[in-house]
Amino acid sequence: MQTKSTFKKICVTVIWGWLLLFALVPAALMLITSFLTPDSNDIVSFHLTFGNYTQLFNPAYLRILLQSLYLAFSCTALCLLIGYPFAFIIARSTSKHRSLFLLLVIIPFWTSSLIRTYAIMALIKAKGIINTVLLAVGIVHHPLPMLYTYGAILLGCVYDFLPFMILPLYANIEKLNPELIEAARDLGAGRIRTLCKIILPLTSSGIMAGTLLVFLPAMTMFYIPVLLGGAKNLLLGNLIENQFLAANNWPVGAAISMIITLFMCGMIFFYWRNSLSKDRSNFEELV
Amino acid sequence: MKLNRLIKYSYPAFVYLFLYFPILIIVVFSFNDTSRSLVWKGFTTQWYTELFRDTNLLSVTGHSLIIGVLAATIATAIGTIAAVSLFRYRFWGKKLLHGLLFVMIVTPEIVMGIALLLLYSALDLPLGFWSLLLAHITLCIPFVTITVYSRITTLDKAIFEAARDLGATDFTIFSKIIIPLLSPSIIAGWLLSFTLSLDDVITSYFVSGPSFSILPLKVYAMVRLGIKPEINALCTLLLILTLLIVISAQFALYKNSGKKHAKK
Repeated sequence: MQTKSTFKKICVTVIWGWLLLFALVPAALMLITSFLTPDSNDIVSFHLTFGNYTQLFNPAYLRILLQSLYLAFSCTALCLLIGYPFAFIIARSTSKHRSLFLLLVIIPFWTSSLIRTYAIMALIKAKGIINTVLLAVGIVHHPLPMLYTYGAILLGCVYDFLPFMILPLYANIEKLNPELIEAARDLGAGRIRTLCKIILPLTSSGIMAGTLLVFLPAMTMFYIPVLLGGAKNLLLGNLIENQFLAANNWPVGAAISMIITLFMCGMIFFYWRNSLSKDRSNFEELV
Repeated sequence: MKLNRLIKYSYPAFVYLFLYFPILIIVVFSFNDTSRSLVWKGFTTQWYTELFRDTNLLSVTGHSLIIGVLAATIATAIGTIAAVSLFRYRFWGKKLLHGLLFVMIVTPEIVMGIALLLLYSALDLPLGFWSLLLAHITLCIPFVTITVYSRITTLDKAIFEAARDLGATDFTIFSKIIIPLLSPSIIAGWLLSFTLSLDDVITSYFVSGPSFSILPLKVYAMVRLGIKPEINALCTLLLILTLLIVISAQFALYKNSGKKHAKK
């Protein structure tokens, strides 16, 4: 290893400089702002306080927090239930078709989730395609109210984030050695036992990576509730948006973001501990 | 056994249907000759011509393309440098950098958006072109890094040693060996950054100002007003663009890995 290289110095300075200024400093500012006092004239005044955090314990905020957690949890569970068998089947399909199957998941992965949310809107609105078909067939006589319900938000989240669950699962399941499954079966393990004792533990880091990529956005996504839930179903994302852009209460918005960040750090900690105990290839598993 | 096969093939088909059916509806009805109902009234390209008459839409599209190209290019340069540094060099905070890039990928966009908003207000940077560009670059860097890094690990480190033995400097190795060998994944990283920039609503929502708007925000504003055939047409165009970009990116990556295997 050559130690004195100007090129190396430039490279490291550029990347660290950028991330310092645009990732670490903003994060520090968020932390600081969450302890400042809101001020109507100057956005914040420099008096340290815990008030922004204690304020979050009022029932209205707690309800929003619980609702968001509940939505994120249901969405993640559904994505996992739908995505796991799917990823398993395509990861173990013949290699000729596999890249096409994979491409068909990668395309929605990179497609704007706003457009995909809009597509769900068009699907389930009162005069949407589902109601049109149901009315025409005569199953219902009045359009079903599907848009602007909790179910609509959940459907939108599952639809938007399913590819985010499938891709890490796929990457993980593809690496799974099929001989291990055969060995388990040969040694007399039943299907369920093989699944619980061999397949799931070996793919747990894929499950955790997928959960990371689905849970956090589902908890904070603000336009899915706006477009599919109407104004009545407020979630954490809408709360932050409100505090920053409407109520002009930046410290409370920053405090909520800090809570989300803490949550994220907890999840990442579990993910890293899990993947470090197996192998160190955690970087490639995402995307 | 037969039932088994049936499940094996029909289940993925069902999931694909779920993923693609809603999008296809948008595409089909962007050509429908009626502005209200979902009943098919005949083929028209009227909604597309109307889009091209909307001067505001055209100008925000222009803004988005400029931001997208600049952000993707700068993010690709920085992201590639990061991937190469992580692979080749030992330096202070290397593990931290690795971790930070990972955290940036999983950070909810809304958190990144408000954190940058706080930075801009602390620096007194007005919200507009620069605030958006810097935010988009930051958003894209980690994605470029993992795209490039996943390929760089397949390179044989002996090549660098050989080059150094023959007297090549670090910069020569970077520009004459690493860049050409990684060019497919660098291209893929650029393309993916471009789509990210073109689609980003959440971060942009917080760091844009009234003076300079971009396409995803315009789409969000339109979509909030409800389902309209012009929006279907606009979404269809964006979907086609994403489709082309993602397929070319995958093609670049796939061709690269294909060559690797052939050599082995």
